Amino acid sequence: MSSQPRSMIEVDDLHVSFKRGRGRIAAVQGVSFVVSAGATFGIVGESGSGKSTVLHAIAGLVPAPSSAVLIEGRPMPTTRVKSDRRLLQYVFQDPYGSLHPRQTVDRILREPLEIHRVEERDAAIAAALADVGLGPEHRYRYPHQLSGGQRQRVAIARALVLSPRILLLDEPTSALDVSIQAEILNLLARLRRERSLTSVFVSHDLAVVAHLCDTIAVMRLGRIVETLPVATLRAGEAGSAYTRELIAASKGYSRAEGLGEA
Amino acid sequence: MSGEALFEVEALNVTYVDPRRSVRAVRDVSFALGRERLGIVGESGYGKSTLGRALLGLVQFPGIVEAQTLKFQGRDLKSFKPAEWQALRGRHVSMVMQDAKYSLNPVRRVGEQIMETYRLHNSKDRREARRRALEMLDAVRIREPEAVFDLYPHQLSGGMGQRAMIAMMLIGNPEALIADEPTSSLDVTVQNQVLRVMDELVAKRGMGLILISHNLSVVSSFCDRILVMYGGRIVESLDRDRLESARHPYTRALFASAPSLTHPVETLSVVKRDPAWAE
Repeated sequence: MSSQPRSMIEVDDLHVSFKRGRGRIAAVQGVSFVVSAGATFGIVGESGSGKSTVLHAIAGLVPAPSSAVLIEGRPMPTTRVKSDRRLLQYVFQDPYGSLHPRQTVDRILREPLEIHRVEERDAAIAAALADVGLGPEHRYRYPHQLSGGQRQRVAIARALVLSPRILLLDEPTSALDVSIQAEILNLLARLRRERSLTSVFVSHDLAVVAHLCDTIAVMRLGRIVETLPVATLRAGEAGSAYTRELIAASKGYSRAEGLGEA
Repeated sequence: MSGEALFEVEALNVTYVDPRRSVRAVRDVSFALGRERLGIVGESGYGKSTLGRALLGLVQFPGIVEAQTLKFQGRDLKSFKPAEWQALRGRHVSMVMQDAKYSLNPVRRVGEQIMETYRLHNSKDRREARRRALEMLDAVRIREPEAVFDLYPHQLSGGMGQRAMIAMMLIGNPEALIADEPTSSLDVTVQNQVLRVMDELVAKRGMGLILISHNLSVVSSFCDRILVMYGGRIVESLDRDRLESARHPYTRALFASAPSLTHPVETLSVVKRDPAWAE
């Protein structure tokens, strides 16, 4: 925060493909961007655009050549070691699916601390819960005893308990009601300020991404169509036709424009 | 509201009864549906879907539906027997659900399923039913109706599946359509295509439409009139162009909590729930 932004994450000409039958599907084709320290970078796109795969590649969950992902200027090896993994943490879309149904909140938050051999685990868990606005009464509950918003808070606490430098957010509010979404977005904004986290936020919802991010990449069919500052997006000065189409679509249904065309 | 009422609902209550406690999912709901696009918004668990299901007689035990008035085109639904409901559904009132993948039969071809609906209510003639099903697929703007007719639901994309559902629901030529989160699982651009298909068909046939959704921008841009539900109750009824004049604190807070592309704010406002709203 103090010094001028250096690059925290660099994605350089990233290609990811998956085997499918006899051929391969190119999910990500030559994606490049830089996220400076403390910034929040947004990726928007529709299903199948490859936005989540980019996040997976940054986290090392899909194999990518080490030259394609750099964190703090250091190329990330294809097989990551524990200290690489600790740099970044993930929050997933589905607060129902991403927490172990038979573990208490305490157990869920303790596991990463044990894996990374962090001491004073009890204090760390209590602090993480308080940080995401959950009380001590939630600590020994099971996920099914929590609401969707509370579960997503647990998922965020689990990500923060290791004090990562980078937070990767994959549609963290898509499964939530608008009012709960507002609470989670406010929470993320506060945490980012307090902890000077660098984050990459993936969502299909332009308004949500624009709310939290400084710069947005629009993806389509595995490629970045356009990278633009949020101010440009809000001003409606997007360069590509696809981005403008997305903006128009996310403003809601328009009866007039539909007459005639399919 | 225009013309005669399709649905007339007064003091509708749906209670789920349990030996230990009963839950009133829908409380004292009253409204009328004409040949218009009526939106019902609210968050999860506030009774939107239960209300939609009650209108179709689909609330099952332990749910109990009670109402002072529950009429469709003047006919009293309260006295309906299962066979009468059966005759009403699909022929006069249809329902489009959120996810076509779960609503369609996974082991039967899409076209067969659309034909089945037609043959149930109209002519039993297979050839005619097939022709009508193909026409319907074309009407929902599926490009190659002949090819899609022979596909299984898992072979369709989300938007195509939803359009096939709409085709199936409209082939009986109903007077009213209840759409429960019809576009929630779709991408925004596809979402608008599906809404467009529904909008045009409903307008062309002079149908009444109830669109149930949690998505404020969809409902407020699509519907003529919006009912806001909170805790099973309708707390406010708004005309499409008068959303800014919403008076109920829940409605106002709900609209303010959604991030907007055009009106950025530093911190989103959070809905502070007042127990009195549910009373």
